[in-house]
Amino acid sequence: MTMTDTSDTVRAEEDPAKPVSGLRRVIAMLWADKLAFVAALFLLVIVLCAVFGPMFLQDMAAKTNLRARNAPPFELERGFFFILGGDALGRPLLARIIVAAQNTMMVAAGAVVASMIIGSALGLIAGYTGRWVGEAIMRLADVIMSFPSLLLAVIVLYMLSPSIANLVLVLAITRIPIYLRTTRAEVLEVRQRMFVQAAIVMGASNFRIVFKHILPVILPTLLTIATLDFAFVMLAESSLSFLGIGIQPPEITWGLMVSQGRQYLTSAWWLAFWPGLAIILTTMSLNLLSSWMRIALNPTQRWRLEIGAKKNG
Amino acid sequence: MADHLLEVRDLSVRFHTAQGIVNAVNGISWHLDRGETLAILGESGSGKSVSASAIMNLIDMPPGEITSGQILFDGVDLLKKSEEDRRRLNGKRISMIFQDPLGHLNPVYPVGWQIAETAMAHGKPKDEAYARALALMERVGIPDPKASMDKYPHQFSGGQRQRLMIAMALVLKPDILIADEPTTALDVTVQAEVLSLLEELQEETGMGLLLITHDLGVVAEAADRAVVMEGGHIVESGTPRELYHHAQHPYTRKLLAAAPGKGEMRDPASDEQPILRVQNLQKSYGSFAALKGVNFDLHAGETLAIVGESGSGKSTIARLMLHLEPASGGKVLWKGEEILSKTPREMGPLRRQLQMVFQDPTQSLNPHMTVFQIISEAWVIHPDILPKSQWKDRVAELLEQVGLKPEHALRNPHQFSGGQRQRIAIARALALEPDLIICDEAVSALDVSIQAQVIALLGELRDRLGIAFIFIAHDLPVVRDFADHVLVMQRGQVVEHGTVRQIFEAPRQGYTQRLLAAGLDSDPDVQAERRSQRLALAATQA
Repeated sequence: MTMTDTSDTVRAEEDPAKPVSGLRRVIAMLWADKLAFVAALFLLVIVLCAVFGPMFLQDMAAKTNLRARNAPPFELERGFFFILGGDALGRPLLARIIVAAQNTMMVAAGAVVASMIIGSALGLIAGYTGRWVGEAIMRLADVIMSFPSLLLAVIVLYMLSPSIANLVLVLAITRIPIYLRTTRAEVLEVRQRMFVQAAIVMGASNFRIVFKHILPVILPTLLTIATLDFAFVMLAESSLSFLGIGIQPPEITWGLMVSQGRQYLTSAWWLAFWPGLAIILTTMSLNLLSSWMRIALNPTQRWRLEIGAKKNG
Repeated sequence: MADHLLEVRDLSVRFHTAQGIVNAVNGISWHLDRGETLAILGESGSGKSVSASAIMNLIDMPPGEITSGQILFDGVDLLKKSEEDRRRLNGKRISMIFQDPLGHLNPVYPVGWQIAETAMAHGKPKDEAYARALALMERVGIPDPKASMDKYPHQFSGGQRQRLMIAMALVLKPDILIADEPTTALDVTVQAEVLSLLEELQEETGMGLLLITHDLGVVAEAADRAVVMEGGHIVESGTPRELYHHAQHPYTRKLLAAAPGKGEMRDPASDEQPILRVQNLQKSYGSFAALKGVNFDLHAGETLAIVGESGSGKSTIARLMLHLEPASGGKVLWKGEEILSKTPREMGPLRRQLQMVFQDPTQSLNPHMTVFQIISEAWVIHPDILPKSQWKDRVAELLEQVGLKPEHALRNPHQFSGGQRQRIAIARALALEPDLIICDEAVSALDVSIQAQVIALLGELRDRLGIAFIFIAHDLPVVRDFADHVLVMQRGQVVEHGTVRQIFEAPRQGYTQRLLAAGLDSDPDVQAERRSQRLALAATQA
């Protein structure tokens, strides 16, 4: 092999099969992309807040204190949890944001994960099986898409009682077509690729072809859409809550906090600003992490991160 | 020194990549005179296209960087000129044609407009530009040029598109035409026509032609002088005849030795019961018949080559046999059993006996899997072949069998070169211990020297393991040393079927003769003979 592309060989030599544990390798690759590392840390904090926040801060977040109504931020005399200010009923904003993380994450993650799993499963079926099933699924997606999602939500939540589970259900249904269409389009392209044909020639089952050969190729795309969708779902939830058919007080979510703070925007901007910032930072972190993941999941791109890890570490 | 039309002196270009600095070319020098054809010969990664990109100002900087050298055109250094000046030169005095004409023609504009556009972009009035475009289309041999002006690129064949590209490049009567692999994507008969068109045009206009190619045959056919490049250096230069007969550098010698079609031809021996019988195989897409009744037999351990130009239906045969597409009619008997009518479930166990190696190994290996996963997938699907405990040893064994190392098993396909990837694909096919391997253009995407190695490997496997091969190719010389029987196809039909010796030494059909005459030989003297043969054939047919 004298004609071997030299850069390829060099790269191959650099990458011996050293027995590194999976987790350490992932952390090393995260460290190589500093932005993604910070994003991952931030998300970890959010997840911890969501899991443990309500356990410790529930009472404080619900306790009204009329003397601290719309208390401005960055003042420590009322205690640490008033560092971000107080809301219209004098409840500490920081504590409320931490407590609200749970509901927000549950609704957003629930809706995104549910719609991604259902949508991509249907998309795989529509893309890989025969024409009739595929057509039927696509028309179903058209029906959902042609229905204004807010209207659908209003109807469903009017019939069912507004609860977190129902909210997740509604949001998931309205987002399914996005994943369905993307998955189907990608499947139609990937199934024509040579390595899928090679697998057919080897006698691989449909199940194997779909999950071993097609899904890994389209997964990064789906994850990228999912992270973008995360923000959309958080905001959709807040607009439903605003209409009075989403989460109802005293339950709180970030979206609800933003919409409650909206009427005080001119006098007490911090009411809407801090929960809004939480939404933005979460979404941004997810985006950064997803672009890192797109590289990390792709074997032809992964060396970028591994080389960076070596340099830094 | 300013006598030369174009002179490259001591040019070095490097690229800054994530793996560090890659020196694409190192201090190369060559020159081109008016009315002369210079060929730059090299395999992929040799840097043969870099100097042309530097001339046309096509190198992205960064990551590219020209570290030294001069490009003298009419005695002026192009590298010192402003972007604006160079753009004015491009297209007008120096123009370029590329390998893939479809990719370089805009699909949403009619071709007449596209040809005229170059002229208009350099300030010619519209009527004049269109008149020139029409004249050129006629000159490059587009049928019915007037009507063709309003057609779109997809309405032309590959060879016609390359003619259109040539017309586009010649609109402003350039002094230099750079042709980067102009005929690589074309069929052999079309390739010969395009090369002679370029030659005629050069004689008419007196332009200098810079021909970048990996094909020794193209050099022998068209070049006046050639430089051979390897790894960013010029290793040798001279006339094609000098290079062929008195090659000095070992690389040039290796390249010449690797050219296919030089070895002994094989004589088929066996006349037992055939393992594969294809009878009246047909395929039609709507009303278009892609395959019009093909018949052939194949014996165990034998190699059948199916040769034909694009659109002849040669790959369709393989796809139908392997159930990648449903057939429209006919029978395929595998060891006496009809397999076309089998359901996917019934086909499952048979699959392991019939394997395929695809044209482009970059695409036929799943990029997300390691080599170990790729090869062992065969045993996941057919668990009765090998118990899991032996997988590791068997993968190592297979990798060694195809000339790779056992420790390669943990890498991903992209970490290998094209030739190595094709070896992995062969190892994957061997993992199933098949009786028949169908190679669909399995070597045509590879460099000549790699091609020779892969064919040698296949031949060795055939002799050692007794596997039968169906070898699909568009190129006759490739199959000469390897096949027992040859099936020549044209437009969905078998034109001629015989042993290699019959086909190569005494072809009966006009089409086979044309195909043989159109193939380019790396020996300039043989090539000159071929050319006169080709012209004679064309004359008798006209």
